[in-house]
Amino acid sequence: MKTDDLIELLATGVVPVDRNASRHRLGIGLSLAGLGSLLMMMWKFGVRPDIASVIPTPLFWATLAFPLCMAAGALLVTARLARPGAGVGLGWPALAAPVAAVWLAGIGVVATAAPADRLPLILGSSWQVCPFHILLLALPAFVAIFWAVKGLAPTRLRFAGAAAGLLAGAVGTLAYCFRCPESSVAFWGIWYLLGMILSSLAGAVLGPALLRW
Amino acid sequence: VLSAETRLRTLLVGGLAGDAAAYRAFLGDLTRHLRGYLRKRIPQLSSDVEDLVQEILLAVHNARHTYRTDEPLTAWVHAIARYKLMDFFRARARRESLHDPLDDHADLFAISDDEPSNARRDIGKLLDHLPEKQRLPIVHVKLQGLSVAETAQLTGLSESAVKVGVHRGLKALAARVRSVV
Repeated sequence: MKTDDLIELLATGVVPVDRNASRHRLGIGLSLAGLGSLLMMMWKFGVRPDIASVIPTPLFWATLAFPLCMAAGALLVTARLARPGAGVGLGWPALAAPVAAVWLAGIGVVATAAPADRLPLILGSSWQVCPFHILLLALPAFVAIFWAVKGLAPTRLRFAGAAAGLLAGAVGTLAYCFRCPESSVAFWGIWYLLGMILSSLAGAVLGPALLRW
Repeated sequence: VLSAETRLRTLLVGGLAGDAAAYRAFLGDLTRHLRGYLRKRIPQLSSDVEDLVQEILLAVHNARHTYRTDEPLTAWVHAIARYKLMDFFRARARRESLHDPLDDHADLFAISDDEPSNARRDIGKLLDHLPEKQRLPIVHVKLQGLSVAETAQLTGLSESAVKVGVHRGLKALAARVRSVV
């Protein structure tokens, strides 16, 4: 087929394109991601038994705030990297800000605590499993977000994969907050973050293979 | 460059709104730019230029829903062209690590710049390998210019199946093009 014929083929019978198609696709992917991670959390771990009493507390919402901000930043970066030629722009500061805030707060909490309390503040009671639980909960989100990103024609596959993986990790962490008994900001800053970073690394490794189009 | 950006963008925006003539003009203009870009980038592989042009055109078409009209079109197109060019280099490197280099001294006299470059891979033939529910909608709607309703009547598919068939078929075609570099 000659190039002119291909042009003719592509142009014939074109239908108007939904200008919000990429937003819709990401929206669908993100909804499925949240749903999938929540279901995985309920199936594998179950909601923490004292959920009713912790929901009204500011501490619980502070727990949610960190992965929520990370998810927002990762979504910003993912949405950019998922489309050809869009720079990341404000994405990096949007990701760095919540990390910096949690680390500053964590360092403050640990520094002002009595020496004997410091290690428990950092390790909590679940540091060995926390990142891996997050990774497990991120799995359905990972699938949904990669599906959405693949349909948006990313051209820098490793970066797009890392961003999508981070977003999945943040969604997984968000779901894990309904299970996790830890209440120390120093704990979140290390183990939650580690779970998200592992997910992001998985995305960077798998991106070039999974996102090719 | 500025005027080309403006002209191409206007045409593409028309195309995205469903204006086939504007879209055809956009693809035609784009083809000329792509040829120039690729001939400069891979002068030693001139016989691959037309294949790459076609692959990039198909990619641009399949990705057209990701273009936002408030963003520079050059950056968007360039990212796609570069992506497909890198893909081509990777596939070529893989191929050449398995076999001897494709070119040898006998090729020397076959090279002539006046020769209109032809695509070596025939997208028309690849089309024949698509499943019927994708191939028929493309043949009727995109090649013969029938309407979606006429195609639906002719093939017994529903109208939405025809639209989906065209959409998925062109994506499948791009995937086949990719694997037959």
